[in-house]
Amino acid sequence: MPERIWAVPQLKGGALAPAGREALAAARRVAELLGGSAEAVLLHSGATAAREEIAALDLAAAHEADAAVFSSYTPGVWVGALAQAIAAHAPRVVILPHSYQTVDFLPRLAQELQAPLVPEAVSVRRGDGGLIWTRPVLGGKLLADVRARGEGPLLVSVQAGAFPADGVGAGDTPLSPLELDLDRLEPGRQVVGVEEAGEDQIDLSQAERIVAVGRGVGGEEKLGPVRELAEALGAELGASRPVIDSGWLPRDRQIGSSGQTVAPKLYLALGISGAIQHQVGMKGSQVVVAVNKDRNAPIFAEARYGVVGDLHEIVPELTAALRESG
Amino acid sequence: MKIAVCIKQVPDSEARLRVAADGRWIDEEELPFVINESDQYAVEEALTIAEQTGGEVVVISLGPERVREALRKALAQGASRAVHLSDPAFAGGDALATGRALAAAVRREEADLVLTGSQSSDLGYGATGSVLAGELGWPHAWLVMGVELDAAAGEVVFVREMEAGLNERARMPLPAVIEVQAGINTPRYASLKGIMQAKRKEIAAVGPGDLGLSPDRVGAAGSGLELLAIREPEASGEVEMLEGDAAEVARRLVEKLRTEARVI
Ligand SMILES: Cc1cc2nc3c(=O)[nH]c(=O)nc-3n(C[C@H](O)[C@H](O)[C@H](O)COP(=O)(O)OP(=O)(O)OC[C@H]3O[C@@H](n4cnc5c(N)ncnc54)[C@H](O)[C@@H]3O)c2cc1C
Ligand SMILES: Nc1ncnc2c1ncn2[C@@H]1O[C@H](COP(=O)(O)O)[C@@H](O)[C@H]1O
Repeated sequence: MPERIWAVPQLKGGALAPAGREALAAARRVAELLGGSAEAVLLHSGATAAREEIAALDLAAAHEADAAVFSSYTPGVWVGALAQAIAAHAPRVVILPHSYQTVDFLPRLAQELQAPLVPEAVSVRRGDGGLIWTRPVLGGKLLADVRARGEGPLLVSVQAGAFPADGVGAGDTPLSPLELDLDRLEPGRQVVGVEEAGEDQIDLSQAERIVAVGRGVGGEEKLGPVRELAEALGAELGASRPVIDSGWLPRDRQIGSSGQTVAPKLYLALGISGAIQHQVGMKGSQVVVAVNKDRNAPIFAEARYGVVGDLHEIVPELTAALRESG
Repeated sequence: MKIAVCIKQVPDSEARLRVAADGRWIDEEELPFVINESDQYAVEEALTIAEQTGGEVVVISLGPERVREALRKALAQGASRAVHLSDPAFAGGDALATGRALAAAVRREEADLVLTGSQSSDLGYGATGSVLAGELGWPHAWLVMGVELDAAAGEVVFVREMEAGLNERARMPLPAVIEVQAGINTPRYASLKGIMQAKRKEIAAVGPGDLGLSPDRVGAAGSGLELLAIREPEASGEVEMLEGDAAEVARRLVEKLRTEARVI
């Protein structure tokens, strides 16, 4: 029997989330590399749209469990259900999107199964002794190649955007029920409610120009010249997470996976290294300018124009040049 | 209440990184190290809870000799004791092996609550705290931005970050593992007195045997993942670098933004 390569897509409002489709594409890719069969596992509660989407994809099979316990997420239920499913069907690789939700439970599943875990894979290839996965380390400044020991199951989460969704085409996937002992599932926490993280007074999503500062700015007291530059450009101020965490700017200025998503015409990144959690919030920008004293900062890979240097020297000169020529 | 905090020492985010000669990790010679960012917040959160409940804080770190400096810093901030998983057998572990070792250290301390960071800035698994919780059979929560003890109910109430600016509020029974996200509080500075007192506080060095673990269950030998190589990402090549003195670079950049990119 061909080896099973599983994808467990995430759902959003009863349909497949974009990242969920990417996990399916990643399973497809691994199935090709190993000569296995790509299959989906769907834990849901009446998600008709997601079922139909999966049925119309080119996968070898889909296993679904439709039950009320899956109507909202808890780590214990997800770990328990997947552990049962994996024990029954022995997939070689199980792939999930790398999201706040999957990172909350996937390590727990790995521990329970004593299965190796590759978090945040960005690519995969066949190498000596099996699959070689690549994942970012050290804030994305370097990439690591890793290989798992043993015959599986191997758990993998894939970074958003790494395996384009069109990697799985249209087809006809048969759905079959997944036998689970639901009585054995324990949530592991009792959810009291969901709330807005902060009072988002400023909506940066519509800003045409953004001057964003990172930890490299060095302190709240050094923001003066940056504010002047933003004013000269007619730009909003934005920031990376450490700037907010340090209290140098209010939380509603944060850009990234746990902040706002922006798409300005001009994004000027000052002293920002360009970690993936920041990039996801600003990669829709039309033109990115990066000023950083480290030529190897990952932000330069996102930029159209780059300046290697001290932002405190460049910023006042930029303001002056704008005023002169404006 | 006894609170254990797991802290990892990582390269300073400002440090220049070079791939080591063997191509498998970075060259650590002369590299500046700091306490991992979210772990600094975990230490502060633990100290605050200990002050409120009259408890004590034990800090735990796995790593080479240099991590004693990180432990010493947490002791100066107010932790009472430190445990150093110092044996070379612990080195090179993935989240499963490191989580297993840390869990054994927590068990030996008989802690009621464990705080960790959410993610290390070097290996970035985002997994070690949850694995630790699994080893102990305790509930856990990742990416926590608020913690409150409900002593009467024997529970901890927490706020967990979700995507899209939403937070989840939930409760779980103690003992538990809380994986703190950066920004949850404002870490304190060590006082001069704290620094002096820290010199006399204990840092217990332990090996796998002390924790009841066989050496092949920890470190590289106990890991499911093998780190084969690290390398620099390929340059995307699209960026145009502007060079020269600051005034000259600024003038050219403004011109390009006006006439070439047309975004101002
Ligand atoms: C679950 C999770 C969610 C996260 N969400 C977000 C998020 O929403 N947004 C976000 O931004 N981050 C987020 N992060 C954090 C992210 O991983 C990075 O740690 C963060 O983006 C780094 O911020 P930074 O670039 O400002 O700091 P650093 O990585 O420390 O970079 C500072 C940069 O400044 C440069 N520099 C220093 N001095 C100067 C100078 N004088 N002139 C020019 N350059 C200088 C340095 O070379 C360096 O590149 C999240 C992390 C996690 C784990
Ligand atoms: N070597 C270590 N020593 C102590 N704590 C660690 C170690 N490695 C990881 N941790 C803890 O686990 C958290 C998550 O790390 P990681 O799974 O590597 O992203 C960190 O923030 C630390 O609190």
